[in-house]
Amino acid sequence: MRECDLVIIGGGPAGLAAAISAFDSGIKDILILERDKELGGILNQCIHNGFGLHTFKEELTGPEYASRFIDKVLERKIEYKLGTMVIDISKDKEVVAINPEEGLFHIKAKAVILAMGCRERSRGALNIPGYRPAGIFSAGTAQRLVNMEGYLPGREVVILGSGDIGLIMARRMTYEGAKVKVVAELMPYSGGLKRNIVQCLDDYDIPLKLSHTVIDIQGKERVTGVTIAEVDNTGKPIKGTEETYSCDTLLLSVGLIPENELSEMAGVELGITSGPIVNESLETNVPGIFACGNVLHVHDLVDYVSEEAGFAGKSAAHFIEDQKKFEDKGIEIQINTGDKVRYTVPKTVHPDIMEDEITVRLRTTNVFKNVYLNCYAGDKRIVHRKRPVIAPGEMENFQLKKEDIKDLKAEEIITVAFEEE
Amino acid sequence: MEKRNLTCIRCPLGCSLVVTIDGDNIDVTGNTCKRGYDYGVKEVTNPTRVVTTTVPVSDGVDLRVSCKTSGDVPKDKMIDVIKDLTEVSINAPVAIGDVIKANVANTGIDIVATKNVSKKKSNLKATEVPKHEYKKAI
Amino acid sequence: MYDVVIIGAGVSGSAIARELSRYKVNVLVLEKNEDVCSGTSKANSGIVHAGHDATPGSLMAKLNVEGSQMMEELSKELDFAYERNGSMILCFDKKDFNKLQDLYDNGIKNGVKNMEIIYKDEIKKLEPNLTDNVYAALYSKDGGIVDPFGLNIAMAENAATNGVKFEFNAPVVKIEKGNGYWAIDTDKEIIKTKCIVNAAGVFADTIHNMVSKDKMEIIPRKGEYYLLDKSIGKFTNATIFQLPTAYGKGILITPTAHGNMLIGPTANDIPDKEGTNTTREGLDEVALKSMVSSEIVPLRKVITSFAGLRAHLKSHDFVIEEVEGCDGFFDAAGIESPGLTSSPAIGKMVGEMIQKKLHLEENPEFDGKRKDILNPKNLTEEEYEELIKEKPAYGHVICRCERVTEGEILDAIHRPLGAKSLDGIKRRTRAGSGRCQAGFCSPRVMEILSRELNIDQSEITKSGGDSKIIFGTDKDAYRRAN
Repeated sequence: MRECDLVIIGGGPAGLAAAISAFDSGIKDILILERDKELGGILNQCIHNGFGLHTFKEELTGPEYASRFIDKVLERKIEYKLGTMVIDISKDKEVVAINPEEGLFHIKAKAVILAMGCRERSRGALNIPGYRPAGIFSAGTAQRLVNMEGYLPGREVVILGSGDIGLIMARRMTYEGAKVKVVAELMPYSGGLKRNIVQCLDDYDIPLKLSHTVIDIQGKERVTGVTIAEVDNTGKPIKGTEETYSCDTLLLSVGLIPENELSEMAGVELGITSGPIVNESLETNVPGIFACGNVLHVHDLVDYVSEEAGFAGKSAAHFIEDQKKFEDKGIEIQINTGDKVRYTVPKTVHPDIMEDEITVRLRTTNVFKNVYLNCYAGDKRIVHRKRPVIAPGEMENFQLKKEDIKDLKAEEIITVAFEEE
Repeated sequence: MEKRNLTCIRCPLGCSLVVTIDGDNIDVTGNTCKRGYDYGVKEVTNPTRVVTTTVPVSDGVDLRVSCKTSGDVPKDKMIDVIKDLTEVSINAPVAIGDVIKANVANTGIDIVATKNVSKKKSNLKATEVPKHEYKKAI
Repeated sequence: MYDVVIIGAGVSGSAIARELSRYKVNVLVLEKNEDVCSGTSKANSGIVHAGHDATPGSLMAKLNVEGSQMMEELSKELDFAYERNGSMILCFDKKDFNKLQDLYDNGIKNGVKNMEIIYKDEIKKLEPNLTDNVYAALYSKDGGIVDPFGLNIAMAENAATNGVKFEFNAPVVKIEKGNGYWAIDTDKEIIKTKCIVNAAGVFADTIHNMVSKDKMEIIPRKGEYYLLDKSIGKFTNATIFQLPTAYGKGILITPTAHGNMLIGPTANDIPDKEGTNTTREGLDEVALKSMVSSEIVPLRKVITSFAGLRAHLKSHDFVIEEVEGCDGFFDAAGIESPGLTSSPAIGKMVGEMIQKKLHLEENPEFDGKRKDILNPKNLTEEEYEELIKEKPAYGHVICRCERVTEGEILDAIHRPLGAKSLDGIKRRTRAGSGRCQAGFCSPRVMEILSRELNIDQSEITKSGGDSKIIFGTDKDAYRRAN
């Protein structure tokens, strides 16, 4: 069986950044396994611009952003296999994969980084009643059809959900000659970035109806219409508010779900993000298996994915070089989600072995204005930062310093909350 | 005097701007950086956008190459840019930055490739059709 | 001139076609949709009923028990998914126990074997996820589950291999009696035949009424379902029914032959014979009533919902006969639940009727064996490795949720009565039937269909007709305007 220091599952933005960083941290024996026919992952179909402002201080398109990382992987001669599907990972980090050229093969890794990304929530998971005709696409599927293959999946479009891909596709479809009639969003706020609402809807006078959902889909063969209705604060449609739009296409942009079927095969525990529960090194409960990017939690900016994955790559490199340190981590401190916080990544820290400073990423539960991001180590407030607006669609982060938590005792916890002061 | 409420799109922060237009005097409030100020002014005087789309590639490993305007074009020219590309295609190989169409829609701006597309190798390996021991249906 | 034309390529029509292919006979199957298994046969519970439900003495009871007893062997012969997982009818209230006893007695009269009445402790031991509120259950070890697509497709394929012709997109619009033959008008052509078998499902009345003075009425009875993610594992081992109560007929919980969890169906009579839309009320009813059997049904794991139509006759029995005054015209009508279970027996019965009618001789070349699409997941690692070496397409995963490879999809396209649409591929290989519901794989499957069938991608449909997936290429609108 082939042995390898580090196997990275997924050659998208997370996998690429993790590989580069692990390499630069001294681990040269790396293998990236990618199921698609090229590196870059979903960035290849995200042809719009706006990527890389944080990382490169310029606005790049998805493929351009990907190519910067791909170039670095090529420069370092990091090995990768395309068209390769991982079908199993075991607890002791044996990876089984298949591809047409090599057949089925096993690789024994010292460390594994999970970077498989996420998938879109489907119509079925939303329980939208109605017929099941052609013309119902998840926004990402439509994006692939339009951007990678140049097809137009519809002429008259209704979009459910104001996630970023849905907003981006409203503009794309408009550019390519389709009429986007309305975007309905179940929540009283949009799940997407503000700039996307401005640039993708407002620019083209596409109405965004908040607190609305699809209650019926018409058409036996191809979609002929979609009925939307306003919802009350429990999410139930309000009678009398129904509006039917004639259209041939319904796009769904109703959330992304980290894709962790493989992680579960390896015994990795998942948390509230639907991704693995990780510690300060982005290591899962299975020693030596790390996670980063959208498989860990869904990000809104690829820059943060790259940053997080870079850290996972470095952590994995440290693990490979010094497994002893990882075996005895010292005391473990929980990071609790306080008021208005839905989750944090990581979920635990081991102050004894952590870096001087780590990034904690989190999302809120709702839209709030003029709050403070507060972090407490035991009773002591160690982070206090004003946030004029927070929304579930925009990830927040702060730096957690070793210095601030090194004296915590095992029974003490760290709490992160958004508070009035 | 005219007041316009805008959302700044220069970065993910998305500051809410109030732009006050009083003749030639333009004032921006609500921004948290210089870029926000510039955006506010520009958005009410000369709004521009980068347009991204794709064009067909002949003989490439991909069917399409993604592309963008090499700089901002006036907002009201966006659809003209797309229309000017209806008959444009390009031969592989294509490299990021290659000009696909110069001076698109007379904007003075070029359409440039945003992805590398290499040439297709002679014939992609044909996947073999599984053979079966069945009689052919008539 | 054909000897026999079968109208409908659902599970009944396909079973009849296969049975007829045992004889030297010229058979054509006309199907109004683009593929076999496109109506009632594609949207049902996938249950092989043991046979205690049907009224003793009815044709339904006879064929149900016969069909159920034929299913296992047939599944080996034709290589489709079948499992004898057992079934339980739950009784929640001691007061209703006599009804459970009645069903047991029915079963005995109908010839059902391996039944027993069990009580709470044993029920909970067998099915720990069920409610504590259960009192007793009729446990039938012979109850089973079957892949409804697999059964239908296998019988049709095998019929085709043995010489039966199939014509798709061929709705019957008119039937006229000629001198010693029937003339069927499909709008495209007039087809002459000695015999007709009406296996048109919910449309069997329309076909029947084209020839008979005694009018028939089939009422589409809608059943709505939720399908849940495989990741749940086996929520129940057996198929769990509820004893009908004052609140109506119950909702079942069952594993499917492919390891998903299925709950449903509702039962509502509707006017529209194509009204396969789900409704808020129907789906809510499924959710609510499923909770009677188990309070912990993992509804968050729903991956899709669907509705099917049962071809209900007021008499609530199968009508399988040569229609009076219509020489050579046979009905196989009113085939509602347990129609799927009964289908092998229906096929046999109609086959024999027609054999007698036309004095058919045996077909010495008949081969009743059929191999299903090779599924690499059933191979050992060594075998799989060998397979990819020989046929690399089996190393190329197209549908990641169900792990379906290009090899399987190619097979589905190129075998007899091969798939032509996304749904056709899905029913044969499961590509697109997993948790992402074809989000990732549909563009790839379209690509393969387009390449293999040598048609433009804009011609590819979800399920035939106008169910096209794309409208030409981008910027077309501007080209049209120019």
